[in-house]
Amino acid sequence: MDFSDTSAEAEFRAECRAWLDANATPKAHPNQTWASVLEDKTRDNIVRLCKEFQLKRYEDRWACLNWPREYGGRGLSSIERVIYGQEESRYIVPRGVVEIGQGMAGPILMKFATEEQKARYLAPMAKGEEIWCQIFSESAAGSDLAGLRMGAVRDGEDWIFNGEKIWTSGAHYSDFGIIVVRTDPDVAKHKGLTFFFIDMKSPGISIEPIRQISGSSHFNAVRFDDVRVPDAQRLGKVGDGWKVALATLMNERVSVGEAPGPDFEQIFALAQTVELDDRPAIENQAVRSRLAQWYCETAGLKNTRMRSVSALSRGETPGSENSIAKLVSARKAQEIARFGSDLMDQCGIVSDHDLVPGDGRFQQSYLQSPAMRVAGGTDEILRNIIAERVLGLPQDPRTDKGLSFRDIPTGKE
Amino acid sequence: MNFDFSEEQQLLRDQARGFLDSQGGAQLARGMLDGDEASATDLWRDMAKLGWMGTAIPEEYGGAGAGALELCVLSEELGRALATTVFSTSVYLATPLLLAAGSEAQKREYLPRLATGEISATLAVSEGPANATPRNVAVAAKDGKLNGEKYPVANAAAADLALVLSAEAGGTFHIVPLAGPDVEVTPIASLDPSRPQGRLHFRNAAAERLGQPGAAWELLRRIYDHAAVFFAFEQVGGAQVALDQACEYARERFAFGRAIGSYQGVKHKLADMYVAATLAKSNCYYAAWALSHDAPELPLAAAAARVSATKAFDLCASESIQVHGGMGCTWETDCHLYYRRARSLAVNIGSNLVWEEKLVRALEAREGEAA
Repeated sequence: MDFSDTSAEAEFRAECRAWLDANATPKAHPNQTWASVLEDKTRDNIVRLCKEFQLKRYEDRWACLNWPREYGGRGLSSIERVIYGQEESRYIVPRGVVEIGQGMAGPILMKFATEEQKARYLAPMAKGEEIWCQIFSESAAGSDLAGLRMGAVRDGEDWIFNGEKIWTSGAHYSDFGIIVVRTDPDVAKHKGLTFFFIDMKSPGISIEPIRQISGSSHFNAVRFDDVRVPDAQRLGKVGDGWKVALATLMNERVSVGEAPGPDFEQIFALAQTVELDDRPAIENQAVRSRLAQWYCETAGLKNTRMRSVSALSRGETPGSENSIAKLVSARKAQEIARFGSDLMDQCGIVSDHDLVPGDGRFQQSYLQSPAMRVAGGTDEILRNIIAERVLGLPQDPRTDKGLSFRDIPTGKE
Repeated sequence: MNFDFSEEQQLLRDQARGFLDSQGGAQLARGMLDGDEASATDLWRDMAKLGWMGTAIPEEYGGAGAGALELCVLSEELGRALATTVFSTSVYLATPLLLAAGSEAQKREYLPRLATGEISATLAVSEGPANATPRNVAVAAKDGKLNGEKYPVANAAAADLALVLSAEAGGTFHIVPLAGPDVEVTPIASLDPSRPQGRLHFRNAAAERLGQPGAAWELLRRIYDHAAVFFAFEQVGGAQVALDQACEYARERFAFGRAIGSYQGVKHKLADMYVAATLAKSNCYYAAWALSHDAPELPLAAAAARVSATKAFDLCASESIQVHGGMGCTWETDCHLYYRRARSLAVNIGSNLVWEEKLVRALEAREGEAA
């Protein structure tokens, strides 16, 4: 049992470091974020910086490491991708714009697109020249994604899209999107879906930002009014959209990872800074007990990840740890935000950056963390996944089983 | 990197699991609840033949000279099987203490016999319902004689030797043979009869000093940091079996026309048990690494393994009964064997109230070093 690299891994790690040293600034401390050093936080600037850095990666062959060479990647294995990720996480690097395309749309195109389409779209995606988004959820179809209603009707060589999607990150700056729509409402819900990619500049698409609890707008509603999509942009067979979407969602769980916001190190530092009954709060036994529990969860996630990296290193497929990571870290983020607020007593609700410790990040996270417990699979869906796929427990009986989509109760009639 | 046990260590695991299953596994623990102590003695002899007691004892003292990792593998398997022997007290606690503090003569006298299983030993620290501290330990040592009382002492009746923490010079260990008339050994009732507890009454008991006078508390802290890792592996092993049994029952038991494991109220509980067991196991792996590399992170890693393993076993054992419903509350199902063991392992080297505090102190020490 040891953490040391094989000689090939060590050589690759040194290569990663050399490139990162030449092209990025090391973090001043492990929890420093790109956002915290960014002066101009406008969306345009964030997109510009992400695209610039991606191009640099691409030119020096550090983009999409596990993609085949002909599509702009390097044909490397998962463990090398993990090693690059470990090294990159020690540097201040622009992030948050290219990941959805490269993590979700890219693999799907490789599997289902024609050779001409792969040649046309994959390299610009790897370069960061063209940005992709994912357009799946609807206001009435989230956890039960296969129950989505937005329809597409065949018209010659095209399909006509009408309806509304929601929770699309980056729709406003994306060039293309992957989307799943209902093409047949008269068969069972899983059977009537079809998967496409679309040009986000198509006539009839309108994008409306959604204002979240925190006041910020990371997501959008995307409306389709008679949007014409060529059948050539279909991925997979008509009616096979659910299978294609499932493969994408597997990729999403890999790319969502852990929740941002104050974590163990921040609440530990806060407990040492603020006072409770005239003494540092960390001297209070109740505080110490909570800190111990969060440390165990944080270390447990980190060590679970190391075990799965180790499995990757041996060439095995890691198991369920991504479901565990999101489930545990999102709930922990909300608990830590709430406890950070408690530690500041009456100032626990003050979100003015200058007046509270931690630049108001605990208060901010109090408002952001509920969304983490929902995005990329709710706590409840993740528990179902763990129970059914890992522990082998039977599925819930589905009352919509065997019904054609049209006859499934919606609670609205 | 390979953050996992080696192939040889996995082979040892297979061998251990096969052996313990062939001995009846958890049914030995049930036997002890019903008063059958002979089987536990037989198990100890058979384990000795396999050389397990000497796993981490250096070859020069008659052991196998293998590392701590081999012992971690055995611990997890013993935890799964609810093994009923004096293994834990003798191998996790007494042997390392002799190795750490014993004179050359003491090591030569005791370690080879501990390695073969000819004798076994236990550790006597507690003197009642509180965590032992320099203020409440009262057993007195004078001129090589001990006086006073210790309880509870795990495996007191089966052990040949006790390493006893006395109040001498603020805290000093002594080696006390338990066979003589100057030590009265009384069995005491406990929640987990498969790990019997006893009371030691010393009346001018012959004792030889182990380690420097006044060194006991620091030694105990170090030994507990080591032992916590092995006990945490036992806890994780037990938690895993409790979870597996609950899942199996939830797949087979029907209510309202379907398997109870299909209800989210049940399956979400099982998912939470799995998450707790997985986090604990990963923390154990890290602690095993720290232990086998003699890393400065050991106190923090051991505390995290211990705290999360205690939580996981408590959760899995109690919720396994809940999933089994009425059947889970009967003597007949194995649920209570794990529920009992979860408690005895939760408090044996200090409860989570103590270990959470140790964990936070280790974090503060880490900060102090960084500053």
